[in-house]
Amino acid sequence: MRSTPARRTLPRRSFVAGTAALFGTPLAAACGSDGSDRAGGGGGTLDVWVYEDPSTVVQEEAVKRFNKSSDIKAKLTRVPGDGYENKLRTSMGTGNAPDIFFNWGGGSIQDFVRKDMVLDLTPYLREDSRFKDAFIPSILEAGTVDRKYYGVPMRSVQPVLLFYNKDVFREAGAEPPRSWNDMLDLVDTFKKRDVIPYALGGAEPWTDQMWLEYLLDRYGGHEIFYKVQNGDMSAWGHPAVLKAAQAVEDLVRRGAFGKKYKSVQYTNDAAPTLLAKGRAAMHLMGSWEYANQKAQQPDFAKDGLGWVRFPDLPGGRGDPANVVGNPTNYWSVNAKVADGEQGGKREAAAVEFVKLAAEKEYSRALIDNGDVPPTAHARSLLSEHDNPAYARFQYDLVDKAPYFTVSWNQALPAKQGTPMLTAIEKLFNGQIGPEKFVATLKGL
Amino acid sequence: MAGTAHAAGRPRLVWALPGLLFFGLFAVAPMALVAGLSFTDWEGLGSPTWSGGDNWSRLWHSGTMRQAVGLSLLLTALTWLVQTPAALLLGVWAAGRQRNRALLSAVFFLPLLASSVALALLWKSLLDPNFGMLADLGDWLGFESGEVLGTGRGAFGAVVFVAAWQFIPFHTLLYQAGARQIPRSLYDAAAIDGAGRVRQFFSITLPQLRNTVVTSTVLMVVGALTFFDTVLILTQGGPGTDTTILPYLMYETGFQSYEMGYGSAIAVSLVLAATAVSVLVVRLTGFSSMRSTREGM
Repeated sequence: MRSTPARRTLPRRSFVAGTAALFGTPLAAACGSDGSDRAGGGGGTLDVWVYEDPSTVVQEEAVKRFNKSSDIKAKLTRVPGDGYENKLRTSMGTGNAPDIFFNWGGGSIQDFVRKDMVLDLTPYLREDSRFKDAFIPSILEAGTVDRKYYGVPMRSVQPVLLFYNKDVFREAGAEPPRSWNDMLDLVDTFKKRDVIPYALGGAEPWTDQMWLEYLLDRYGGHEIFYKVQNGDMSAWGHPAVLKAAQAVEDLVRRGAFGKKYKSVQYTNDAAPTLLAKGRAAMHLMGSWEYANQKAQQPDFAKDGLGWVRFPDLPGGRGDPANVVGNPTNYWSVNAKVADGEQGGKREAAAVEFVKLAAEKEYSRALIDNGDVPPTAHARSLLSEHDNPAYARFQYDLVDKAPYFTVSWNQALPAKQGTPMLTAIEKLFNGQIGPEKFVATLKGL
Repeated sequence: MAGTAHAAGRPRLVWALPGLLFFGLFAVAPMALVAGLSFTDWEGLGSPTWSGGDNWSRLWHSGTMRQAVGLSLLLTALTWLVQTPAALLLGVWAAGRQRNRALLSAVFFLPLLASSVALALLWKSLLDPNFGMLADLGDWLGFESGEVLGTGRGAFGAVVFVAAWQFIPFHTLLYQAGARQIPRSLYDAAAIDGAGRVRQFFSITLPQLRNTVVTSTVLMVVGALTFFDTVLILTQGGPGTDTTILPYLMYETGFQSYEMGYGSAIAVSLVLAATAVSVLVVRLTGFSSMRSTREGM
């Protein structure tokens, strides 16, 4: 729920279905898979788990292609989205664990890595430069833990962008923001017109989090959170964190998010609807928002939805070309795949399977599905995308980014991520001030 | 004679075996495991590692825990104060023979039939500040800018309200059954003595319902202490931690932060608190002695 609720930042197709899935979680986790083909059991199949959503078709195709040529067959298990993390976690370390599994990189697999449950893919990437060079470097980097590669990028890039409603801007005679000052000026412009300047789903702190991620990156650079991510909580004490928190406080005081953002949600489409209906002017959100708007408000997505990158901050030390968000999703291989008699063969097959994600054919399948592939060769394929302008904008943004900061709650282990989100929510709600916020984070 | 009756009719311990086994397997054993886990450090992967009393001392010093205990107690008190009078009056009314009674009672029971999840989702939509009924009624009801779930008090009030809305029908049912048991002759006698409706209610109905009140109270108290699903959907413990009651804190710690050991410590304290409170209620009210409320009848 808040998700689970809260760690996943993919949109749900429908709120009710999502919640139903949330409650199916314990059951699904308890049942595990059918257990007929156990990991590392020397059997002839590889159990592949993927998070089920509209992009799953791409992985289905990949499995089919793989099975045509391989002796060891891959078997795809589609896990309903909301229960995915719990199910994976419950199964890891048991006989029912998958051999290859979808994940969010970083913090989502860090606990597994520390328990030696994930295969280190560094040697394979080193020896096969075609494999390694197939991916956008910053994206491949984001899948590392302790500077080793454990993940192979396999889904759309998902940077956070500033979306805006073109009609609302036209009526106000305003231009999309190109600097922080523009962003602040626009607050007054839209407040006067009784339009919420920035839609915000404040009931779900992962949406609040996106603001802080960009503010911190622009003020202090990506190294600060990089340190945090590697376990140094004292890095939260950097002055830029306080500055970012103060900027949030300032935005709230100016009324940048309107008066009633605290109980607005994203997952029930409240915040996106505010933007689409012109009751809000802008919305900071992951790039999946385009697909979301296309599903919910197709006309608006086609003609009314604009997007810009997050601007520079005055006096900021961070590289303004950096992006934050979800670099992509990754395949990781269970270390147990190498156990047993057939171990070597199975490991080789598993590596062959994840290598499929580096191929042009796989990238093409992603593009057909409306995704923007995390691969270096995808640029030439983008004209086939259903919205080439949007695809190119996203791709360039990510490709030129010197560094891609993974969404904080996904980069950190849940033990720190959950209380961090609570602190962020309290900061945005004005329940704690910037100093208390920093102190809370340092104490995680 | 007495001996044979004993051998034939009185149940022996063996008869209780299926029940005891079931209870042992699905209630006592898991609780024992959780109690054991509360002395370990476990993130749900691999084996738990012994950490002694670490979780417990952390629990003792935690501000969030203290807040959660306070909120749980407040929820319990408010639940009782809101639900008992309403359920008592409705139940006594529903036990009568008025016209339309059956129809109206059926309507009152409807919330009981829906699942908590469905009800919480329904109320969440109604309380949406932009698209729910509050968008129009909020100012009028005294919530600034129509935001109920975004303020600590508003969100807590919403939890109390939704819980009451959902569970008053159940307690009404208890009181209705209790009130139906009261012999007609008592009221007839009181009427002859000139007692009016109000006098009859306080001198006959209420004392006769004493055991029902205790039953309903114990159910309410234990229910409020372990209340969870509505909070999960309606507020997610927020804004901030303003509705993070004990069971929600337990869930968040165990299944979102994956701190199973610490979460277990919260769970054990919850079990202890709920047991202690219900034993206390039963003891204080003399319910355990099962004295009849109808002596001399």
